[in-house]
Amino acid sequence: MKVLAAMSGGVDSAVAAARAVDAGWGVTGVHLALSRQPATLRTGSRGCCSLEDSHDARRAADVLGIPFYIWDFAERFQADVIDDFVAEYEIGHTPNPCLRCNEKIKFEALLDRALALGFDAVVTGHHAKLIDGQLHRSVDEGKDQSYVLAVLRPDQLAHAVFPLGDSTKQQVRAEAARRGLSVADKPDSHDICFISDGDTQGFLRKQLGERPGQIVDGTGDVLGTHDGTFGFTVGQRKGLKLTTPTASGEPRYVLAIQPKSNTVVVGSARDLEVDLIRCERAVWTNTERSDDFSCLVQMRAHGMVSAADITFDGSGDSVAIVATLRDVQRGIAAGQALVMYDGDRVIGSATITSARRRENHSAAPQGATVHAAAAVSS
Amino acid sequence: MPYLDHAATTPMLEEVIAAMADAMTLVGNPSSLHTSGRKARRIVEESRERFAAALDARPSEVIFTSGGTESDNLAVKGIYFARRADNRARRRVLVSAVEHHAVLDTVQWLAAYEGAEVVLLPVDQYGMVSPASLLSAIGNDPGSVALISVMWANNEVGTVQPVAALADIARRYDIPLHTDAVQAVGSLGVSFAASGVDAMTVTGHKLGGPYGVGALLLKRDVSCVPLLHGGGQEREVRSGTLDTPGLVGLSLAAELAVQRRPEVAARLARLRARLVEGIRREVPDAIVNGHPTDRLPGNAHLSFPGCEGDSLLMLLDARGIECSTGSACSAGVAQPSHVLLAMGADESRARGSLRLSLGHSSNESDVDAVVEVISAVTHRARRAGMASTTPSVATIPPGAGSATRPPQVPAAAGRMR
Repeated sequence: MKVLAAMSGGVDSAVAAARAVDAGWGVTGVHLALSRQPATLRTGSRGCCSLEDSHDARRAADVLGIPFYIWDFAERFQADVIDDFVAEYEIGHTPNPCLRCNEKIKFEALLDRALALGFDAVVTGHHAKLIDGQLHRSVDEGKDQSYVLAVLRPDQLAHAVFPLGDSTKQQVRAEAARRGLSVADKPDSHDICFISDGDTQGFLRKQLGERPGQIVDGTGDVLGTHDGTFGFTVGQRKGLKLTTPTASGEPRYVLAIQPKSNTVVVGSARDLEVDLIRCERAVWTNTERSDDFSCLVQMRAHGMVSAADITFDGSGDSVAIVATLRDVQRGIAAGQALVMYDGDRVIGSATITSARRRENHSAAPQGATVHAAAAVSS
Repeated sequence: MPYLDHAATTPMLEEVIAAMADAMTLVGNPSSLHTSGRKARRIVEESRERFAAALDARPSEVIFTSGGTESDNLAVKGIYFARRADNRARRRVLVSAVEHHAVLDTVQWLAAYEGAEVVLLPVDQYGMVSPASLLSAIGNDPGSVALISVMWANNEVGTVQPVAALADIARRYDIPLHTDAVQAVGSLGVSFAASGVDAMTVTGHKLGGPYGVGALLLKRDVSCVPLLHGGGQEREVRSGTLDTPGLVGLSLAAELAVQRRPEVAARLARLRARLVEGIRREVPDAIVNGHPTDRLPGNAHLSFPGCEGDSLLMLLDARGIECSTGSACSAGVAQPSHVLLAMGADESRARGSLRLSLGHSSNESDVDAVVEVISAVTHRARRAGMASTTPSVATIPPGAGSATRPPQVPAAAGRMR
């Protein structure tokens, strides 16, 4: 088997490539250059796209004795990940760029090219498992990345190899050290790789410009102003800079972002609670579903898991997936992915379009439903 | 293993390795005054004379440096600083659009930090600068020009520039002309004295000499502000302890390259013809870049429509054939070549290009190895196509409103699986 190992310069992808070599496969390492001006992306050791990272990837490939190339995917990355990220924020959504990168770059642009060039699969250092072609969580719950891979279709997963799914991060680091890979103790990357200083708001302000608007409460009373709705995410508490306290002294949270009126709606924590989530653009990682079923759903890269009943609304391309949660959740934003699990096995994913409180839920105060619904509809 | 990347670097000559190894056994700083120092100094000066003779320059015109990049930086910055110090009005720097980054990035730095105004001299479809465009850039304001820099021969597409004609114009206006002759020496007849240029960059490792050693040939009447300060070596223009074995290697390599040039150049031209004809036969739509006749004999630069240079390079590498997508870059990121773009090629042609460069150790079997696999390789690379680097269209979420959209580039080649 001939495989292409995507090497970010981090410890995970280095060990994944090493295991592919051990498997006796013909391994070629590739680092994806995601910016034409590498200095504009994160420098140092924390990101995935800096010059230092490409150097680290090259050194790992040297240690493994495999050919190594840097391929320029900057144009694709700009269009499919960065522009999409900005556009999503502009319409009040909260996108996940890592998920988008897996969907469009690693397992589309890169995989397509790999297959055309005669490779059988793309190997990555994602913490996830493939069992009989089905995507599962990693044994390392804290590092599990099945959430950001749940956008992959069966034809993409058929050519994906995740060698790390049965190992914890700690085991991966120990193995890297044992193998003499210099990235063994390189810090994990956390933030968004194309926002070099970690200041997402500042990045968005630069991209979109300041767009002052109002911050209002559920009754429409103006409580303050903002520089742009893109600076806010549903569920956010900090950075509101409101001077009028609530009558009860309770903190306020962002409930809704209304891009058309350029308004941010705030309210109490309870107003954030939702348990009815509507999604679109379902991707089934294994078999297509069209009948109602129950499963676990996850709405953040890490955590926010709930049991749910899944129903379908509509048909054909416009079919919506409705998840009725057994437990209420707070801070669900449009644009986030809802990933469905059967135990540790991924069933599929869909993009959240709106979330609200069920009307028959007695605990919900009158009016809260309206606000929460506004929170994520656009 | 067929090595077709001699323009990046070429194998060292055995004679050079032997001479350098001998020199490395000696101790003595050429600047020291004792016997060992004087011995080292003698070797340095003999190397200088030998090097100068090879390039038809005077020994006093040779400033040894660490190589092409340093020589380019020294010439461009040093002459700019000196000319500007003489007359503040001289702030325009005229360079061809196809210069090596060692010149282009240097003049851009001068623009960013030292008040220079960069004028890029356009090139024709072959990558050649015309004397007329130099004249028009000088225009009616020659007094504002600090210097001109145009390479002798282009490192990517191999086109030879009309240096003599450009030098005539520069002399007419009394403007210093620098030329980067890194690719030319050993392939073309290069005479510093006859060229009419004021400064010329040469480097060792393109000649069969060592890495990290080169020279700037600089006319005695051209002022050049030093960039490296210290011990005052090299007429106070370039301080730093002289690398005796390196200079032995550089000068011997230059001497041998120039001596052997007539035979080597003729052989390279025949090999190149065989290579280009073979590729054109196997891949009829391949485009040969650069000037058809005024060119480096060992350079073949071709565009393969529908292919990514990255893919071609990897596929050839996997078959043991080593070449380049353009000039090697430290970051290793293949950028669309500024040379091809300046020649009017579109970005996809620029990206779908390979440079196959021959040198003193090349033979027919190297060339035939490429011809044998090029059809299969381009076929596969074409399948990989441009699709994977062209943004996909269907990324727009419904209800996107007036949001900024990704550019709508039709995936012409189609995405194939």
